Amino acid sequence: MQAALLRAARQVSGLSIQSIYEAYPDCVIDVKAEQAALAEAEVLVLQHPFYWYSCPSLLKEWIDSVFEFGWAYAGGTALKGKYWMQAISAGGPAEAYRREGYNHFTIEELLRPFEQTAYLCGMIPLKPFLIQGARAQTEGSLLERAGEYALLLERLKEGRFPERHSSL
Amino acid sequence: MNTHGLLGRVVVYLSAAVVAVPVSAFLGLGSVIGYLAAGMAIGPHGLGLISSVEDVMHFAEFGVVLLLFLIGLELNPRKLWQLRGPILGTGGLQVALTTAILAVALRGTGLSWNMAWLASMGFSLSSTAIALQLLRERNLMPTPAGQTSFSVLLFQDLAVIPMLAVVPFLGSAEASAGGDAPWISALKSVGAILAVVVVGRFLVRPVFRVIARTRLREMFTAFSLFLVVAIAALMQAVGLSMALGAFLAGVLLADSEYRHELEVDIEPFKGLLLGLFFISVGMSVNFDVLLARPLEIAGAVGAAVLLKAAVLLGVGRWTGLKGRECVVFGLALSQVGEFAFVLFGLGGQLGVFDAGTQAFLVLTVALSMLTTPFLFMADQKWIAPRFNRKGPTGIVPGSAASEPVQTKDGAVIIAGYGRFGQVVGRILHSRGVPTVFLDHDPNQIDLLRKFGQPAYYGDVRRLDLLHSAGAERARLLVLSVDDMETVFETARLVREHFPKLPMVARARGRVDAYRLVNLGIPVVRETFHSGLRAAELVLKELGLGAYEARRLVARFGAHDESRMRAAAALADDEKALISLAHEGRMELEKLMKGDEEQGRAATDDGWG
Ligand SMILES: Cc1cc2nc3c(=O)[nH]c(=O)nc-3n(C[C@H](O)[C@H](O)[C@H](O)COP(=O)(O)O)c2cc1C
Repeated sequence: MQAALLRAARQVSGLSIQSIYEAYPDCVIDVKAEQAALAEAEVLVLQHPFYWYSCPSLLKEWIDSVFEFGWAYAGGTALKGKYWMQAISAGGPAEAYRREGYNHFTIEELLRPFEQTAYLCGMIPLKPFLIQGARAQTEGSLLERAGEYALLLERLKEGRFPERHSSL
Repeated sequence: MNTHGLLGRVVVYLSAAVVAVPVSAFLGLGSVIGYLAAGMAIGPHGLGLISSVEDVMHFAEFGVVLLLFLIGLELNPRKLWQLRGPILGTGGLQVALTTAILAVALRGTGLSWNMAWLASMGFSLSSTAIALQLLRERNLMPTPAGQTSFSVLLFQDLAVIPMLAVVPFLGSAEASAGGDAPWISALKSVGAILAVVVVGRFLVRPVFRVIARTRLREMFTAFSLFLVVAIAALMQAVGLSMALGAFLAGVLLADSEYRHELEVDIEPFKGLLLGLFFISVGMSVNFDVLLARPLEIAGAVGAAVLLKAAVLLGVGRWTGLKGRECVVFGLALSQVGEFAFVLFGLGGQLGVFDAGTQAFLVLTVALSMLTTPFLFMADQKWIAPRFNRKGPTGIVPGSAASEPVQTKDGAVIIAGYGRFGQVVGRILHSRGVPTVFLDHDPNQIDLLRKFGQPAYYGDVRRLDLLHSAGAERARLLVLSVDDMETVFETARLVREHFPKLPMVARARGRVDAYRLVNLGIPVVRETFHSGLRAAELVLKELGLGAYEARRLVARFGAHDESRMRAAAALADDEKALISLAHEGRMELEKLMKGDEEQGRAATDDGWG
């Protein structure tokens, strides 16, 4: 699913795309380069599979090292006013992510640490883009969702933002 | 035995030294007493195996010259400038006070003023050879006491020059020493010093470079010796102190990349010649004079040493040496030095002294030298314990208030600055870890020096080079030379002589690595890791993601390392090795199945 999403994103011109598992296989992030790319951007989309109700470890490492003290927070305002969005693929289907379901919590609830990360940096969180139920996806449905994803990115580029996300 | 031929005499000196020095060292008396005793035994007043003391002494004075050259090598101009206060202040005060007090005292015993002045000038000087040897043997050089002693000795070495110049004016005979007018000899002196500076600064290094490139060790040694001898000869020709010239040359070369190699080459010559010098001092002890006037001699020696020590203690206090430091300083310089022989000899020639007085004074000087090692022993036994608490000597070595002569503590020594050592060095440098490079290729050393890195030319298998690179105090040794025999030999040497110094070694291949692993040395196979990187690139070209390729290769690397370690333990057992290899292959196959097959990505299921 991630591959399909990435392919879709690549179709959209004028985006700055970084595949961190390709760029940093030894887990040492080039902090300055990443910060420079962020400074240029208006929207940050974190596209990742759902791993243990969170993001994969290298993406966590990316946040840990790029969102520097004094740059992103604690007096730093480099990310202030920018938009934050996550595009997530998950194994579990949508109905598993509710109180009575298999996973007890909604995805939004589980994403709260990310939401607060955005707040701390003065960023504006947007509603996440989700593909859920990996097993149930067919080639066709996947293509359809990927198309929606491309459209969403297209709109973001033009400044037409989807609704804000807040679980406050 | 014909002891007049050169070989015969050499046999006598060497055998006396080889017998007496180890005995003396064994008894805890240090080497100096051993040499002195050997000299007394073989000298004209002892067994009479050697008759002409003067010739030998003259030759052996060269040991002092070499000693000062080596001291100079450890002091670059900047450090020397930092020491100017102690040298001029403390040294000047000590010489002036001792001379003045002694002169008045000697005049009181009935000597003429001229005799009194010359004698007291000679007595104000201490023995660089004895004092430094004793301080070094006890590892006291880096302490404030050692540093102050050194400064004062340096001043004394300088002070001899004007002293020698005034002897003719004290003599009753016409001043017949030099033919030149004073301004001409002054001009000559300045010219000679300038020549040494120019040669030392600009000429010596290119020549060394050329010689180093020929890789003929003995040429290097020959040129080192030539350099010191030539400078000494030049200095003597213009009437300056040979020792001073050598010291100057040493200072000028202290910053050069050949410093360690020079040290290593000159050291044995210095050791032997200095030994010879002490032997000649022993030989000059005239037992006839001693037996004729035993009480007077003993009184003179006692008074001289006591008075010198008293002045030194006062001066030491004045410069801020405390307690035990001050005692060590006072004792170290309490003897009368070798330059007194020179001064008194000249005084005799020019008629300041009659032969009897001269013999008396020379004997006093020689015996005063004998007292110092015993005073140090007495100090260890009775004085040091009163200042205890700070270790056996009462001084914490290296706790010097002034900068120690050399600070290489905590450095990483990188033996072999090729493509391999370079990487290690650059990373350490960027971390601010002090590094010392050793290499036997002068081109590499040149390159490093251009970038302002401390780098020295030499063969790392030489114990003395390791010593002078500071192996005792280093934090780590990286064995990055490309020749495996050198790696093994150096590793063994270091294990034996610096057991506390950890090492990291480069190995050519697997079998070399076994040997190092079995020595307990962390080892890096030089081509193994570049092979891994290449495999990673290939896997990526074949379509694997960067992260997965990296993980696969890393897993392989870790597996191979642990197999290698296991195999090292069995390196001699062929059968066990084969079964180990078989086992390893199966394990590896399992290990190298990609993430896919390991089931990591097949986890779409199970989340609801
Ligand atoms: C280590 C790991 C942890 C996972 N954790 C979760 C999880 O917490 N919740 C979930 O719904 N799916 C989880 N999954 C399933 C992945 O989210 C799913 O396989 C992925 O989004 C599919 O994307 P892909 O087709 O690009 O591999 C996990 C998968 C892996 C490998």
